[in-house]
Amino acid sequence: MTEIAATAAHSMSAAESAAARRLRKRYAAEWRFRAYGVAALIIAALFIVALLSDVVVKSVSAFTQTRVTLDVPVSAETIDPEGKRDPQTLLTADYTALLRDALREKFPTVTSRNDRRALNGLLSSGASEDLQKRVVADPALIGTTVKTTALLSDDADLFVKGRVTAIETEQGTGSATVSGMDGDVTIVSTNKDFADALASVKRSLASQASALLAEADRVADNARSTTGDEKTALDAKIAELRAQVAVLNARFAAAGAPESVDAEEPTTLVKINGGVVRATEISATEIKGTTMVPLTSADAAAAGTWKIETLAVPEASRRVSDQEAVFLSVLSDQGLIAKNFNWSFFSRGDSREPELAGVLGGLVGSLLTMFVTLVLSLPIGVLAAIYLEEFAPKNRWTEFVEVNINNLAAVPSIVFGLLGLAVFLNFFGMPRSAPIVGGLVIALMALPTIIIASRAAIRAVPPSIREAALGVGASHQQAVFHHVLPLAMPGIMTGTIIAMAHSLGETAPLIMIGMVAFVVDIPSGFTQAASVLPVQIFSWADLPEIAFQAKTAAAILVLLVFLFLMNAVAIVLRRRFERRW
Amino acid sequence: MKRILLAASVIALAATGAQARDQIRIVGSSTVYPFTTAVAEQFGKTGGKTPIVESTGTGGGMKLFCAGVGVDHPDATNASRAIKKSEFEDCQKNGVTDIIELEIGFDGLTMANSKKGPKFTLTKQQIFQALAKQVPGADGKLVDNPNKSWSDVDKALPNEPILVLGPPPTSGTRDSFVELVMEKGAEKFDSLAQLKKDDAKAFEVVWKSIREDGAYVEAGENDNLIVQKLEADPAAVGIFGFSFLEENSNQIQGANIEGADPTYENIASGTYKVARPLYVYIKKQHIGVVPGLDGFMAEYVSDKAIGEDGYLADKGLVTLPKDLLEKVRAAVTAGTPLTAENVK
Repeated sequence: MTEIAATAAHSMSAAESAAARRLRKRYAAEWRFRAYGVAALIIAALFIVALLSDVVVKSVSAFTQTRVTLDVPVSAETIDPEGKRDPQTLLTADYTALLRDALREKFPTVTSRNDRRALNGLLSSGASEDLQKRVVADPALIGTTVKTTALLSDDADLFVKGRVTAIETEQGTGSATVSGMDGDVTIVSTNKDFADALASVKRSLASQASALLAEADRVADNARSTTGDEKTALDAKIAELRAQVAVLNARFAAAGAPESVDAEEPTTLVKINGGVVRATEISATEIKGTTMVPLTSADAAAAGTWKIETLAVPEASRRVSDQEAVFLSVLSDQGLIAKNFNWSFFSRGDSREPELAGVLGGLVGSLLTMFVTLVLSLPIGVLAAIYLEEFAPKNRWTEFVEVNINNLAAVPSIVFGLLGLAVFLNFFGMPRSAPIVGGLVIALMALPTIIIASRAAIRAVPPSIREAALGVGASHQQAVFHHVLPLAMPGIMTGTIIAMAHSLGETAPLIMIGMVAFVVDIPSGFTQAASVLPVQIFSWADLPEIAFQAKTAAAILVLLVFLFLMNAVAIVLRRRFERRW
Repeated sequence: MKRILLAASVIALAATGAQARDQIRIVGSSTVYPFTTAVAEQFGKTGGKTPIVESTGTGGGMKLFCAGVGVDHPDATNASRAIKKSEFEDCQKNGVTDIIELEIGFDGLTMANSKKGPKFTLTKQQIFQALAKQVPGADGKLVDNPNKSWSDVDKALPNEPILVLGPPPTSGTRDSFVELVMEKGAEKFDSLAQLKKDDAKAFEVVWKSIREDGAYVEAGENDNLIVQKLEADPAAVGIFGFSFLEENSNQIQGANIEGADPTYENIASGTYKVARPLYVYIKKQHIGVVPGLDGFMAEYVSDKAIGEDGYLADKGLVTLPKDLLEKVRAAVTAGTPLTAENVK
């Protein structure tokens, strides 16, 4: 008896422990599954954060623009030589010349053609638009001096924003004497004020030397396996490289010796007595250089009244020359350069000048296209869904149609573009690049998605609703339009908005119908030439100007904001109107 | 009812499509696009509507351009190479008989790498040896390219693996690159020069085939993307247009090819040999029909656009030498159409 009980107890406990093991296993499996889920979410979140922060960081500089404040004498001779104040004359007059003259006033000593070109190049080609608008609106300004701000060109803008080179500024600690006011001058300081500048030149020499040395070592490596003429040639090359390295190293090692500076080394500027001197030879206490802006006096400058600026990127490696940098830096010292919010990014169309380019053209084009798409695809899609779901007989034909609707949803979008080209442009002769055609093509793409979503929404309405309607004597059509459709509407709207959001980002079908184009004027109608926002992003990303990279990122942000808004509307609609049965 | 209305409105809109056009339409090459758009914008500022410029590629542009005369067809096309005989004939057949050719300048093709990496000094022959699918072996017979690193090609070159990021075969830049570099490089080999005489077709296959074993990476049409990848990998070399090198000169350096560095002066003077002429073709029959077309042409060849100090030079176009520019200007003023003899 006791034996039996013992065996039973034993087998019980064995069964229990087996069950416990299984249970633990099942818990572990569940825990693992949850961990996978959390890990997947974290990875996805990290990717989104990385993507968004990258876009946001890159886009920052696109949202500000730099302008220079100028007092512009609006001379009647330049603007309106005949004195008739004819609006057409005022519109086409050369306002840029006025701005350039005003800018040159700031640097009266600039006479050489190259320097004048450098100065003119600071202004954007669209700089004169504000002035033009003001004068056209108020011709009484002619003959007076107008205070206006002029847009800077993209390179100047990037320089002011510090994206061309880092600039290090140091106050002079000693008293400095200058040898002259113009031409080649020597500046001697009582302190070792130029030691840092000298060190940065030496550093640059050292890095040039190490690059050459690495090259020599590489060649030597290769030379080991060669013989005869080839070896002699390589050995000669190695010797030449080593000699260059030796020269550079000797210059680097000679601590106190003066060092000459060329375009391959960082630029050192000395601002003293109202002028600017660019160093051509530096030692710890003395600088020889050429004046970029003449000095106003040759007196000795006391400590703290003069400063040294070092531009880290050598002149040869940047698009803003030393001369241009000096102009900008002098203007900015005078407090004439200001950064403000770039409203024109949202009020202008496309442009080849990064500082003038805006998203409005693409935005309006997208809205027009989306409007056409919505007006076409929503009613057609919903009606098709109602017919297929509620009225169509279930036979081979309707099945065939159903299968093909599902297939259409998976057709690559470029194919729809080809269809649009063949049917809308070539057969119907509709205009190229027009939002109406873009809308038609995208509507074809959005239709399957809308039909599928609408059918699902209609099917989700319980049969009792239909039966009740039919039971009180409604016709089938009345039952559908008065009862089923309103209840299915939230689902249909959600599906439609998702289809719209998807089509907002389409570019491929638009290539064929000519909407991948450079359109400056903001489209004013459905048959006007237009581009869309994703196309503008695509073409900006392809342009060489560095400033367009920021613009591209900013345009992506605008597109994302639009998408978020559309999806938010979809969520709100679902929350407000969704019913559960 | 709604559907009927919609159908009616679609047809009504379709009928309005064939109206007269008051805006110039330009199609064609993506290489010329940055320049033509700049001219279009400046032209638009002087009054009149800004022309619309599409980027369709040279071949696609020619097809649209030659499809016929009338407002449904573009007025001009950009091309990164001269018009082909077949295209010219296609044009003639469709009634596009008077075409004005505008040579606008040069586009230098550069091979460049990060400033952190070694500076490359290459010859076309070396580039061919590095990038061709098949190269002549020791006995002159073609073998699969055995060169793994640049120093395998020539001992004076850096001992770095060959990794070149370049355009895909669909790109016009790739066509120009193989014609300007690979063909010329292949001709330097005696065995291949002989092959050219014996069997021109087989020779063409040799210089047109770029290796597919990973040493040449097709990096897409976007040159900015290539530049970014170069910064990440100092030993990688990229192939792209001169304007991208100029814009990114703080990070990348151009390779010296055949003894010349890719600088503006060297390309303009013809010392740097890897450069191609760029063209715009204009339908003479549309002048007077589409308003502003003659004005647009005049703007394009004006000194402030195409001149030595013009705004196109700022955009990276290497401008024409003076005598050639005068010739182009004369052709535009006279409206001399292209003849079959001038088309190769």
